[in-house]
Amino acid sequence: MTSGPAGTALDTEAPAAYLERYGLMLLIRLFETEMQQLFLKGEVHGTTHLCAGQEAVPVGVCSALEPGDYLAGTYRGHGHALAKGTDPDALIAEMLGRATGVCAGRAGSMNVIDVEHGLVGCFGIVGGSIAAATGAALAAKRQGRVAVAMFGDGATNQGYFHECLNFAKVLSLPVVFVCENNFYGEFTPMLAVTAGGDITARAAGYGLPARTVDGNDLWAVREAALEAVGKAHSGAGPTLLECQTYRHHGHSKSDPARYRPPEEVERWLARDPLTIARARLVELGVAESDIDEVREATRARMDRAVQAALAAPYPDPDGGRATEFAP
Amino acid sequence: MTLEFRAAIREAIVEEMERDESVVLFGEDVAAEQGGVFAVTPGIQERFGSARVFDTPISELALSGAAFGAAVAGLRPIIEIMFGDFMGLAMDSLVNQSAKYWYLSNEQRSVPLVVRSAVGGGGRFGAIHSQTHATWFQGIPGLKIAFPSSPAEAKGLLKGAIRDDNPVIFLEHKRLYSVKGEAPAAGDEVLPLGKALVARSGADVTIVSAGKGVADALEAADELAADGVRAEVVDLRTLRPLDLDTVLESVARTNRVLAVEEGPRTGGWASGLLGLVAEHGLHDLDDAWLLATDELPIPYSPTLEDAFIPGPGAIAAAVRERAGIAVS
Repeated sequence: MTSGPAGTALDTEAPAAYLERYGLMLLIRLFETEMQQLFLKGEVHGTTHLCAGQEAVPVGVCSALEPGDYLAGTYRGHGHALAKGTDPDALIAEMLGRATGVCAGRAGSMNVIDVEHGLVGCFGIVGGSIAAATGAALAAKRQGRVAVAMFGDGATNQGYFHECLNFAKVLSLPVVFVCENNFYGEFTPMLAVTAGGDITARAAGYGLPARTVDGNDLWAVREAALEAVGKAHSGAGPTLLECQTYRHHGHSKSDPARYRPPEEVERWLARDPLTIARARLVELGVAESDIDEVREATRARMDRAVQAALAAPYPDPDGGRATEFAP
Repeated sequence: MTLEFRAAIREAIVEEMERDESVVLFGEDVAAEQGGVFAVTPGIQERFGSARVFDTPISELALSGAAFGAAVAGLRPIIEIMFGDFMGLAMDSLVNQSAKYWYLSNEQRSVPLVVRSAVGGGGRFGAIHSQTHATWFQGIPGLKIAFPSSPAEAKGLLKGAIRDDNPVIFLEHKRLYSVKGEAPAAGDEVLPLGKALVARSGADVTIVSAGKGVADALEAADELAADGVRAEVVDLRTLRPLDLDTVLESVARTNRVLAVEEGPRTGGWASGLLGLVAEHGLHDLDDAWLLATDELPIPYSPTLEDAFIPGPGAIAAAVRERAGIAVS
């Protein structure tokens, strides 16, 4: 991976690498589509928070990371896990509560953990990911790694956000704070509950470099992430990235999102990150047929994952393996 | 050889940091020259450097969250949340992240961290610097809670806590910090978490407590011996895991049990313990009762606070009264 100044990596990288990232974004989109359908069929239980529309953020950010780097995600975290490398078979099985799930069905949609792929966890409490990544950065500093926190606009009003930005800056930790600003905290517009109305500006008070990024543009996210990761590696400490994006669905399965003005939804749907990425790939000279091939392969991959998960056994409540404590 | 309680804590930290590079210590003022407001950690930063021992902002939420993340990523953090009362601010990360990780992750990784705090009344610190937060956490599967009663035990339990692969809430009663006691026979003794101790044997009544309550119960037992009452004292050492077997074995010998807790009787660990004793040992029981505090915040004024907290005299009186022995 190129870790030179922003821009360098983009210019020298083959379009094939972006085609692969496009495939990963598509995998996340298809995953979320399946989630919605499986939920309606009663196969996904409780609740689930879909990230369709926000795919460019985790894919762009994770493209700037090494496999050993740490990522802490949120309860809207299917994209975070897939982008960090979690096996789609294991992730979908987890959603279905099956024994073959990445956490053997113990965690569910909001709490996925995949240590092998550097996914510290997905956290069901708003802002929890910020502290998890800040802590992982304490270890990462020794290990020559970086840690990334993903969180939404709502988390920027939590104590976690303010305490950890200060904490990470004071200790100069190699962490990147990535806000996925989708402009709604649950059902409430971000601007109605965010004093100052400017998330990026909040970093200045803590002396953190910060950027507002087009979160629907894979290239823009990757470039910003490369710069922030480079800073973290160089010892310059934390950076805040505010990636502006939009969720295509409501907050959770019980939310039809009627509070969003139709023209606003139209505007954002026209800026679908997958549409933007596809157009850009074509512009870069990638053949339409190659893109379609990726689409078909990804579709087939997801179908296999769903079939495998549906056929997998549920965990046995009498299995008796669970222990309260590590030995 | 004698050992002061605060020195015992310090020795445990130093020895474990010498032994294991991944052990780190951070919190408010832990690296300061004085070693925090209770002077427990002076000189540790000088010895191990600022990469392993450092002061943090007064940010309990960030502190406990950072300890969690660091533990998951390979360190073994010891953090200090100065007063146990401040644990309300640290609670989300401990309860929702650290405690559940081992299970939720399907045992992919455990969270080896220790949260040390000063607890307990008697210091005239008032309602919000005198609480014992053990019961706030006792109902959370995945957390261990250690509460030492003597310098030797503090050292052994803290070493055990640091080596334990699970999150441990470690309580240090502030009225014990200046207590001196016998140093452990083997200086580097490590006490496992989850094993209670019969601190004194006796055939007539079992007094169960933890932390400073054990020291008080031992004093009360001396007093009771003068009245011909042979009290057995069980030191729980950890409130989670709870070593119910040791308590039940003692109750089988004495048939009477008094649980002493510096905290309100409703919802406390002592009332929970008596419930378990009733469930599993009813056939052995002739009597079971509690000595705990009123259902009020801990008061400030010396006359109010002294009357509020059960000490050795109150424990001895509670046994005499129940046994129908007139005060001599």
